[in-house]
Amino acid sequence: MPESIPTLAPVSRRFAAIFQRARDQDRCALIPYITAGDPSIDATVAIAIELARAGADIIELGVPFSDPVADGPVIQAASERALARQTRLADVLAAAGQVRAAAPEVGLLVFSYYNPILQYGVEAFARDAAAAGCDGALVTDLIPEEAAAYRAAAQNAGLDTVFLAAPTSPDHRLRAIVAASTGFVYAVSRLGVTGARTAVAPGAAELVRRLQAQMIPAAPLPVALGFGLARAEQVREVAAFAQAAVVGTALVDAIAHAPAGQSAVIAGNFLRSLCLGAAGARATNGSDPAKSGEPHGS
Amino acid sequence: MTDSTAAALPAASTAASNGRFGPYGGRYVPETLVHPLAELTEAYEQAQRDPGFQQELDRLLHHFAGRPTPLFHARRLSHHLVPSGRARVYLKREDLLHTGAHKINNCLGQALLARRMGKRRIIAETGAGQHGVATATVAALFNFECVVYMGADDMARQALNVARMRLLGTEVRAVDSGSRTLKDAISEAMRDWVARCDDTHYLLGSVLGAHPYPAMVRDFHACIGREARQQFLEAEGRLPDVLFACVGGGSNAIGLFHPFLDDAGVAMIGVEAGGRGNKLGEHAARFLPNGGGRPGVLQGTYSYLLQDDAGQIAATHSISAGLDYPSIGPEHALLHDVGRATYTSASDTEALAACQLLARIEGIIPALESAHAVAGACARVPTLAGSDGKSELGVIINISGRGDKDMDILTRTLGLNA
Repeated sequence: MPESIPTLAPVSRRFAAIFQRARDQDRCALIPYITAGDPSIDATVAIAIELARAGADIIELGVPFSDPVADGPVIQAASERALARQTRLADVLAAAGQVRAAAPEVGLLVFSYYNPILQYGVEAFARDAAAAGCDGALVTDLIPEEAAAYRAAAQNAGLDTVFLAAPTSPDHRLRAIVAASTGFVYAVSRLGVTGARTAVAPGAAELVRRLQAQMIPAAPLPVALGFGLARAEQVREVAAFAQAAVVGTALVDAIAHAPAGQSAVIAGNFLRSLCLGAAGARATNGSDPAKSGEPHGS
Repeated sequence: MTDSTAAALPAASTAASNGRFGPYGGRYVPETLVHPLAELTEAYEQAQRDPGFQQELDRLLHHFAGRPTPLFHARRLSHHLVPSGRARVYLKREDLLHTGAHKINNCLGQALLARRMGKRRIIAETGAGQHGVATATVAALFNFECVVYMGADDMARQALNVARMRLLGTEVRAVDSGSRTLKDAISEAMRDWVARCDDTHYLLGSVLGAHPYPAMVRDFHACIGREARQQFLEAEGRLPDVLFACVGGGSNAIGLFHPFLDDAGVAMIGVEAGGRGNKLGEHAARFLPNGGGRPGVLQGTYSYLLQDDAGQIAATHSISAGLDYPSIGPEHALLHDVGRATYTSASDTEALAACQLLARIEGIIPALESAHAVAGACARVPTLAGSDGKSELGVIINISGRGDKDMDILTRTLGLNA
């Protein structure tokens, strides 16, 4: 039962510090997603380093999977290209290690479907991801009720566990999702798979509000909003009610269309264009930060 | 009429409330789908307690689908397999149901549920097209909008069923991603459902996917085994010794097996698609030793899965589109592990030979899926019948569907137009 899932303390110091820094700078955090191994694992390292340099707060490193049921056509195609180049979870973790060495401050979140992690070994994954310098993981098709072993392994390794919240999640599920999440919570802005849209979904702010109502007032988790975000104007809108904006498909598409050897430059430019939006109206996590005390873990 | 009371189900291997069959099953889906799955579970549990639901389902199964189906004593096949006469082989004739396969049992049940939940649009995946045709049929009957996802390769090899679905008013959407077969059709249906779960019911066609589908779809097909058990008792005055069924996702097999689970003397043999070889990519036999199958998570459930060592799902091959799938229902994984059922495989060639055999000596053209069950029986029954010198071996083979849809492949492969 969701109620029986114990609340874990945040384990990543870096995520907490990142959200505190964004708050201090009066902006929302920017979280770009890239599919690791597309166009190559070396390019992924270069792209991630350039994204960090361009202002990315946290980078989601997508692990390619043969059957990505939560993804739209753009990320499906990126996964197929990465798998055609034999990209494995171990390669993604090795790439994370290279990014960490070059960009000590950027947050790194492994974004995967469950089966590659399960076959790698849940404990080995948590250990190796943390050792590579990853701060957390999000497993698209793993809900808190099925995640006991994964959460224990992540906590032991010092890896944050980010879970998805959806517009369809009733409040009792949001409570369980908040309880199982450390670092931050990822709110899915709308029904459907990943894919760029031109406007923020109308129910997104309401979902973030419902999520924030389930937080422990003394230690609210930041909320990142994703699915459908592609442009600076959308990021500005999201900055008014969430602590971070995730941009995936639009960036993956830009990388896919980059001329050979130019993917890192194109990705960096794309991110800089989004930064203009991140400094919009400030979100305060539903309360005045001055009154809610020091954020968790920082 | 069928006996459809859920209370009659044996306790063995019935899913726990979290949808687990031993370690298998569960609910591995994006968060968006958890609430729709919970709503479906609740609606199904309410329906099971509602005598009106069961009566309506029984009425449709009888008057629309044609239940009960015959259990036919295949005398020539019996003699062919065991010339001494020590085998009595019966065929459970699911092929005689409306739409030509067992799939209609589950479709009628889920259509009634969709109506209860106020959903006016249904979606489904299909491999061989039998589930797609059955779904298109109930959509017409219930006046639902209907979309069926089908791998582009499967559309080519099952063109007749594509035309049938369209005639029934269903939109068939070609799936061009991945292996362009059943697996990818399921992924595409899940993507549709994630986007439309507020007004859409996903009419999943096998004992696969997240809870409650494996248990619910099994329950809707358990009428196969309940009837067969009663019919065999009436014909022979005893229970059968062994059951054979083909296993793709495993819905016809679990439908036949489940009501016999508490009958310790009844052996159960599931026949997987052996394809054209034992290497990964050449077959769809999840339990084949060293065949590349081991537990993993795909499309909502934890079960045996054909995959590479990095956890990427492997390509599969079978001459039969309905068996061409890398995973298997989680209840079969449990029955396999505890040894209650055993699993074997039949190659493309063996299935074709079994199809010809049944056509020529019993006048029944089975679907290529069901021909795998016949092939499994052909391989095992002579040995099993010889293992006990005195008594007769009682056998039931589930003929889950008819072969009309496969006539193109059969014509080409067997040179029937020459």
